[in-house]
Amino acid sequence: MRKLIFGLFIAVLPALGLAAGSTVPLDSFESDHSDKASLQRGAATFTNYCMGCHSMEYARYKRVAEDLEIPDELYEENLIFTGAKIGELMKNSMNKDMAADWFGAPPPDLTLETRLRGEAWVYSYLRGFYKDESRPLGVNNVVFPNVGMPHVLVDLQGLCAVEPKIGTPASVEPLSGNINNADVCPEYAIEGSMSGAEFDQAMYDLTNFMSYMGDPIKLERERLGIFVLIFVAIFFVFAYLLNREYWKDVH
Amino acid sequence: MSKLLHWVDERLPVIEAWNKHLGKYYAPKNFNIWYFFGSLAMLVLVNQLVTGIWLTMSYNPSAEGAFASVEYIMRDVEWGWLLRYLHSTGASAFFVVVYLHMFRGLMYGSYQKPRELIWIFGMLIYLILMAEAFMGYLLPWGQMSYWGAQVIVNLFGAIPVIGEDLSLWIRGDYLISGITLNRFFALHVVALPIVLLGLVVLHILALHEVGSNNPDGIDIKKNKDENGIPKDGIPFHPYYTVHDLLGVGVFFFIFFIVVFFFPEGGGLFIEKPNFEPANPLKTPDHIAPVWYFTPFYAMLRAVTIDLFGLDAKFWGVVVMGAAIAILFVLPWLDKSPVRSMRYKGWLSRIALAIFVVSFVILGYLGLVPATEGRTMVAQILTVLYFLYFILMPFYTRMEKTKPVPERVTG
Repeated sequence: MRKLIFGLFIAVLPALGLAAGSTVPLDSFESDHSDKASLQRGAATFTNYCMGCHSMEYARYKRVAEDLEIPDELYEENLIFTGAKIGELMKNSMNKDMAADWFGAPPPDLTLETRLRGEAWVYSYLRGFYKDESRPLGVNNVVFPNVGMPHVLVDLQGLCAVEPKIGTPASVEPLSGNINNADVCPEYAIEGSMSGAEFDQAMYDLTNFMSYMGDPIKLERERLGIFVLIFVAIFFVFAYLLNREYWKDVH
Repeated sequence: MSKLLHWVDERLPVIEAWNKHLGKYYAPKNFNIWYFFGSLAMLVLVNQLVTGIWLTMSYNPSAEGAFASVEYIMRDVEWGWLLRYLHSTGASAFFVVVYLHMFRGLMYGSYQKPRELIWIFGMLIYLILMAEAFMGYLLPWGQMSYWGAQVIVNLFGAIPVIGEDLSLWIRGDYLISGITLNRFFALHVVALPIVLLGLVVLHILALHEVGSNNPDGIDIKKNKDENGIPKDGIPFHPYYTVHDLLGVGVFFFIFFIVVFFFPEGGGLFIEKPNFEPANPLKTPDHIAPVWYFTPFYAMLRAVTIDLFGLDAKFWGVVVMGAAIAILFVLPWLDKSPVRSMRYKGWLSRIALAIFVVSFVILGYLGLVPATEGRTMVAQILTVLYFLYFILMPFYTRMEKTKPVPERVTG
């Protein structure tokens, strides 16, 4: 057992080092924190598929419920699995030491993941899994090579038989009207319950939710920012007039 | 009210102080845009102090709790996100205005006799500011906080004989740890701000003793009217107080655009790896200091030759230290009979331009990973940086200066 863990650790180690400096092409991503429906779907996906392993321990359920306009009771019933109270931090019950045994490294907290690696990275990574028998879990990822994480969303996406085409956006051929790269995965080894486009949308929502979690005040901050700038601009006008009045007598 | 003022003034020279520093402090009337940055630096200082005090109320200076407490401030503390972004953006803004303020000094010879002490106090402020920023950057306890501090403190280890013990003494541990965090916190919030405030007072007292320089570099006290008031001088208050309000308006506009819309400053003001908690077992693959340190960091990395049996790293530290130290003696390197760049010759102008360009490019090189080509460019620019100072006694004496007018020009 020890040897296996050690072996896993060694296998994951270079991947950890590479992670931050990866220069693989990514799909572009534009977050929209005002799309509450998207954030709600993302929250559901995150809670159902990610939160078993990944905590969001710097955020509180209640804040998410408020910002996403989900009633507290509904949130508690459907989106809290740990028995936590709604005012608590979004931790999970996975034991970090055991998790390290299972995956080589404990699954990281994801509160700030989009700010650490970027939204485009997360969006691309989520859609970057493919079948690779040489890996301990049978899957690999084009965005994060040799990652220790299994393909959790295999039920939804299916398992891609070849490397997904991340970083090559869909394009319409002008002559035939055919759409190229409509699906990141050209060939599936296992079919999932979602079509390529549906899965992309689900991953958009999930990434959008994670982006919101990384920067929950963004909408409010930018709304306030406009007023602050208008105030400063008006202040400047008065400062300008005051200055002109005084400096009239300086020659 | 006037009775109260009278009562106080009999016991404390408040009116005298007001007149000396504001009401009857005669400043040259020809200040231009470059003269905004001194008062703006003061404004940012106040911003840092006020937001800093409130951040301290919710921050937890321990290795276990620091990172989480910053996120607590960002998410749970009322207006905590604003306090923190004002503080983090303010740190960068401080260096922006201070660098521009220093450039003004270089351009108009504000360091020349009799303002040598003002310059030296200013340089000390700059030095303390760097220490303050460096220690403050450790406090969020992110990956870049941690490894940046690790790299910089390890530099002391390059000093022969005492180096290892010295860096151990600074850290208080064999690697950056909670102990280091605690002492950096103490220095950041108590010790260095006190020193900084003291130096700012000295900087201004020394300035008000000899009077402000101006874009013409003329001594306005030479031309006084019958009342002993400089003909080209105007009382600081109200003329420059209302004038500085304009600068405050423009500055705040830009500052708040960053605070409210781009608080990470594109990864320059808050670096991406800092969104991950410090992990002593995982080195980030590219460690870059915050942008305001990068020119000196580039110089440090530019030194690649072992010399006299001492490590290149040691000489890098020496070069980095010398790059800052040489600024202190600037007033005695400039032998020009005139102060302002307006009346100096072409040699001085070209030298200053090369100096500024070198400094900016070095700043860029310090941000990006080193390659062989980049290191070579950094070496050339480091030499140029030092040549600006070393050759100054010669080119300022050699060149032909233009005649300086009697009175200030527009």
